[in-house]
Amino acid sequence: MGLFSFLKSKFGKKSEEKPEQSSSLQTYEKGMAKSRRAFASRLDELGKRYARVNEEYFEELEQILIESDVGVELSIRLIEQLLDKSEKEHITEPKKIADELVDLMFVDYATKGESIENEIQFAESGPTVLLVVGVNGVGKTTSIAKLAYRYLHMGKKVMLVAGDTFRAGAVEQLKIWADRLGCPIITGKENGDPASVAYEGVQFAKKNNIDLVIVDTAGRQQTKSNLMQELGKISRVIGKEIEGAPHETFLIIDGTTGQNGVLQAKAFKEVANLTGIVITKMDGTSKGGIILSIRDELGVPVRFIGLGERMEDLQEFDLDKYLYGLLLGEESND
Amino acid sequence: MAFESLTDRFGAIFKKLRGQSRLTEKNMEDMLKEIRMALLEADVNFKVVKAFVNDVKEKALGQDVYSKVNPSQMVVKIVHDEIEELLGADQTEITYKSKPTILMLVGLQGTGKTTTAGKLSYLQKNKLGKKVMLAALDVYRPAAIAQLETLANQNGVGFFSMGITNPVDIAVAAKKKAQEEGYDVLILDTAGRLQIDEALMKELTEINHVVHPDEVLLLVDAAAGQDAVNVASTFNKDLHLTGIIMSKLDGDARGGSALSIKYLTGLPIKFAGVGEKMEDLEIFYPDRMADRILGMGDVVTLVEKAQEAIDEKEAERQAKKMMEGEFTLEDMLHQMKQVQRIGSLGKLASLIPGMPKLTDEQKETAEREMRVFEAVINSMTPYERRHPEVLRFSHKNRIAKGCGLTNADINRVLRRYEKSKEMMKQLKQYQKTGRMPPGLGGFGGK
Repeated sequence: MGLFSFLKSKFGKKSEEKPEQSSSLQTYEKGMAKSRRAFASRLDELGKRYARVNEEYFEELEQILIESDVGVELSIRLIEQLLDKSEKEHITEPKKIADELVDLMFVDYATKGESIENEIQFAESGPTVLLVVGVNGVGKTTSIAKLAYRYLHMGKKVMLVAGDTFRAGAVEQLKIWADRLGCPIITGKENGDPASVAYEGVQFAKKNNIDLVIVDTAGRQQTKSNLMQELGKISRVIGKEIEGAPHETFLIIDGTTGQNGVLQAKAFKEVANLTGIVITKMDGTSKGGIILSIRDELGVPVRFIGLGERMEDLQEFDLDKYLYGLLLGEESND
Repeated sequence: MAFESLTDRFGAIFKKLRGQSRLTEKNMEDMLKEIRMALLEADVNFKVVKAFVNDVKEKALGQDVYSKVNPSQMVVKIVHDEIEELLGADQTEITYKSKPTILMLVGLQGTGKTTTAGKLSYLQKNKLGKKVMLAALDVYRPAAIAQLETLANQNGVGFFSMGITNPVDIAVAAKKKAQEEGYDVLILDTAGRLQIDEALMKELTEINHVVHPDEVLLLVDAAAGQDAVNVASTFNKDLHLTGIIMSKLDGDARGGSALSIKYLTGLPIKFAGVGEKMEDLEIFYPDRMADRILGMGDVVTLVEKAQEAIDEKEAERQAKKMMEGEFTLEDMLHQMKQVQRIGSLGKLASLIPGMPKLTDEQKETAEREMRVFEAVINSMTPYERRHPEVLRFSHKNRIAKGCGLTNADINRVLRRYEKSKEMMKQLKQYQKTGRMPPGLGGFGGK
């Protein structure tokens, strides 16, 4: 399989010669330093304790995966595959097993859905609409600000639509961001119909040659069907005004989320055409392993990753760097 | 596969071992494996799961479940009791000794501190009659202050803010104002922060030192994963927490982090957020959480709600009448209303173990259905209600006009009534033979 060798070469290079580190790799390393330290040093320490791998070693490896919020089923499956491989190919060296694990995780992710460009895919003409959805408190509004910042810096004309008419202060919060970023914003009445705000937003975008319209929505628990239906309605209203819109729908997942993340993704996928995931708050000690389960079960790719509070800390998701940071990162920055 | 209840999982194990109702070493191992999976899928911390499963194993051996006729039920019970015990047998409520009693809410970003501050003020004002003030110490998140102010106004409680300045100074000034103006409770809403952010954690310790809150409560998201215990232990180390508030329990997250935190830190869980409205903050009940983690439904709540709602004498009278084979449309409507009083059908269904989760759509249909029944029956004359067999086409036309529905709706209600009547007869049969008729208990369906 080509992927294996591709991966090997990528990681191999990193461990042999120190490549010049791009600034984005540095952000990853810095952002994920805490996660990485915990995880990598445990892998390291595990490797040192075992001269040869045995059943206990695999049990501990499984524990490391589960404690990173990689789903239970996926963790168990990965370890079973690993065990199988270790037996068939007589791999007994812990270091090699760890490499094999990264390979397996990489291949599982890469083959579970289409590979997609991380950057927002712009419509050939007219405004491109990005709808942002998620449960409460995952960081939708902040992520929107960071995405707006990103595309403003690429020279796009960006506008925001304050579709969270429910939470107290939500419109205010987005307005402050719009002011800071210097981009137009459409707001509606508090407790008003979010679909009508979205309608006004796309109208404005069409008239003013906007490149990117980012529509905020209220956080909602995925079990509330009436609120979930409301998302469908927003999508349809936008679609009526601009063909093919919303062109992108991002689900924001909090990096500290556990197993419920899969249920979140499943439910939002049912009402909206999810084109990607943004995983936030990855600068803490959580490992965000749930994104691997989401990809494994639903095929939805991660597009961006939030690695800190600064505007530029929202980075393109890069599986290499993510797994590298998570599993194999060296303690080079300390 | 994932997320089904432990009872279902055990059921599956025994199905595999068809004809084998007794517990062996082998299926005990399988059951322990399932317990482990169920707990991990509920986001119970790995280390806690490990210790927990060992405990259960020992307990099960100690109670000699192997010789019991229904060992799987026994094991479920042991697991359930063990979780309940871990979560804390007693409810630990806040004591309002000092004036003002100061509560400080802390936690990671997005765990629901500001919303919970609003809900707490609502509960203290409306249920406990306290004079409450909310103080805005989150000077980092844009519009956090505006959000708290909106909630304060909405609830009609006091509000304190100094705009964007040092949170330690705000805390001191808020306390002073609360003392001067005779507030009973002061709630400090702090900014969300990572437990590894040293500067921000230091800010919290300073606030802690200058105002000495009576309660320092950590917000934990019900959907939080494995890392929640690390977060909690750092906050606890720095701030000497007095308890936990679980937020967002209205979703389908199992909230296993609550169990883990309790297990590892001993901190009690004091409240749980169960919805978006201001009244949606409940005192935490360990036994219900145990059911939730295991996916068993919340029988206790149901029983309590039913006790509150159903007038027992009336119920007795009804039951007697029904057993005598008398069952009129009026009785049916009355029954429906009683069920409605217990709570919306959807809530009810989610409380019954083994009952498939209704989608919101199904719930709405069922509730709409009930309204139709009510309208139709109310449009009949009292005689017609007791003797629906007299209804002819012209009667039905009149009733249809009266309730603004169609003849088809009326026929549907009547068919439903016949069916219920039939079931009542079977119930009577059951009383004699002791066997449950099939299909009893359906409600509001098609």
